[in-house]
Amino acid sequence: MVEKGGIIQLKNIDVTFHNEGKTIEAVKNVSINVNKGDIFGVIGYSGAGKSTLVRVINLLQKPTSGEVIVNDKSLTKLSVKDLRKERKNIGMIFQHFNLMRSLTVFGNVDFPLRDSKLSKQERKEKVDKLLKLVGLDDRANNYPSQLSGGQKQRVAIARALASDPEILISDEATSALDPKTTTEILKLLGRLNKELGITIVIITHEMDAIKQICNRVAVMEDGALIEEGDLLTIFGSPKKKLTKDFVDTSTQISSVLDEIKESGIAGSISGRLVELNYIGNVTNEPLVVGLYKKFDVEANILFSNIERLQGTTVGIMLFALTGDDDKVSEAIKYLNSLNVNVKEIDITESKEA
Amino acid sequence: MTNFINTYLPNVVANWEGDNGFVVAIWQTLYMTFVSAIFAGIFGIILGILLVVTTDDGITPHKTFYNILDKLVNLFRSIPFVILLAVIGPFTKLVVGQTIGPKGALVPLIIGTAPFFARQVQLALVEVDHGVIEAAEAMGLSPMKIIFRVYLKEGLPELIRSGTFTTISLIGLTAMAGAVGGGGLGNMAIAVGYQRFENDVTIVSMIFILILVFVIQGIGDLLVRKLEH
Repeated sequence: MVEKGGIIQLKNIDVTFHNEGKTIEAVKNVSINVNKGDIFGVIGYSGAGKSTLVRVINLLQKPTSGEVIVNDKSLTKLSVKDLRKERKNIGMIFQHFNLMRSLTVFGNVDFPLRDSKLSKQERKEKVDKLLKLVGLDDRANNYPSQLSGGQKQRVAIARALASDPEILISDEATSALDPKTTTEILKLLGRLNKELGITIVIITHEMDAIKQICNRVAVMEDGALIEEGDLLTIFGSPKKKLTKDFVDTSTQISSVLDEIKESGIAGSISGRLVELNYIGNVTNEPLVVGLYKKFDVEANILFSNIERLQGTTVGIMLFALTGDDDKVSEAIKYLNSLNVNVKEIDITESKEA
Repeated sequence: MTNFINTYLPNVVANWEGDNGFVVAIWQTLYMTFVSAIFAGIFGIILGILLVVTTDDGITPHKTFYNILDKLVNLFRSIPFVILLAVIGPFTKLVVGQTIGPKGALVPLIIGTAPFFARQVQLALVEVDHGVIEAAEAMGLSPMKIIFRVYLKEGLPELIRSGTFTTISLIGLTAMAGAVGGGGLGNMAIAVGYQRFENDVTIVSMIFILILVFVIQGIGDLLVRKLEH
């Protein structure tokens, strides 16, 4: 899983908390390698340890064991002073923005620059440039309390970029925002990644956020990393149950299946119910017509969701196949041969726990 | 007006000037209040900051140091002021050379107020958003810079609020210190007004103290309003 030379390398990270005699393993033996220019997503439910894990990257959270290598420097071995210097290379944004209430927008972005060697004039130019970059140049003299959530997060992003970091960590940065604002902030992060070449690590519990900008994904459960890979692989053929749950929630197929089971229309659906997953250009083949012509099998489309991820099509469909039983089996084999992942679904079974 | 004062406040007029008069008493009260406010303010802020940064989830946690300081602050806060005045008498003599008069009142006033204010400072700074502190740590700021640029800056309105509150209760203490030899308006109200049955002196002393309290409260409120966004 760990290749050489990533900009962020976490090696066998353990984080254990001791609280009133109880031991909590927040992170268990996690290794991650993030390459320069990646937008790396870490997804998991709350309490999965993802926040603790990303805090290990800039050592806001000291790992109980394991090694943290950023830019070929082993942070775990640095002195306190050197660590502070390295932290300037890692920007961070937070769920609750964490802006200074007593400072204006300008003051907040200028805050990390106060220790820099820049002159007052150069600092002003830099802050103005950063505010322009995040689209808030007209709000420089406002206080955070006068801004909306999305605007506050933009200020926080500008502040995080002030020290020209090569890495940006986003800790649930869109979780307190509405869907439209979330998309705007994610687009901004995507743009920064392209324009500045900044490596971004995002943690979230929303697959939609991951889907929009990440190229690589890690899934965490109970402190452990259970699955990792590029976005298309994770999205197109999730291996672990939790990963599939996240994907299903995002494509909405799970709610459709629930709807079918609960509404009692299951009985009225004839034929065998199959779920189809595919990546790439299978959609160009006229699937439904093909099945009918070749196997005399009728495909009733109950659900279909097709999205473009990283410029590639990823589809998920729900078919009810009717016809001669042997023919239906042959049809499924045919679909498999087209690189479509087919899974039969028993709708009469109760929902999996 | 002069007639009214002469008729209804005869003793106030008689006690207006001179070494034990109102003018001197007002100055003594102001002197005791502001000198001890400045010193107690400095000590209180230092102690309060130490409490905040050394606590378990502070920026430089230190269990033993925190526990000792925490207990000491509690201890000094628990001693009734009148008893403190007497108990630290020898110490007071050592520091300022006398135990009576406004100067002699300074030491107990500072020692009585600083731990109280330290607690107020601690409460004010603990209220500073922990996320902002974390953001500052993530930016690579040293603990010293976090104290000055984040804690004191973000906590300033709350600090002024507790400073105002503490100064007002300090005025109460100067009255008490005055009654046992410190001088000032407290002494005036008790030694002259109460013990010689010159009620007008007691009432006018109280009015001067109330004016002082209102002025301080007003300035504090004004500053807080200006600072809060």
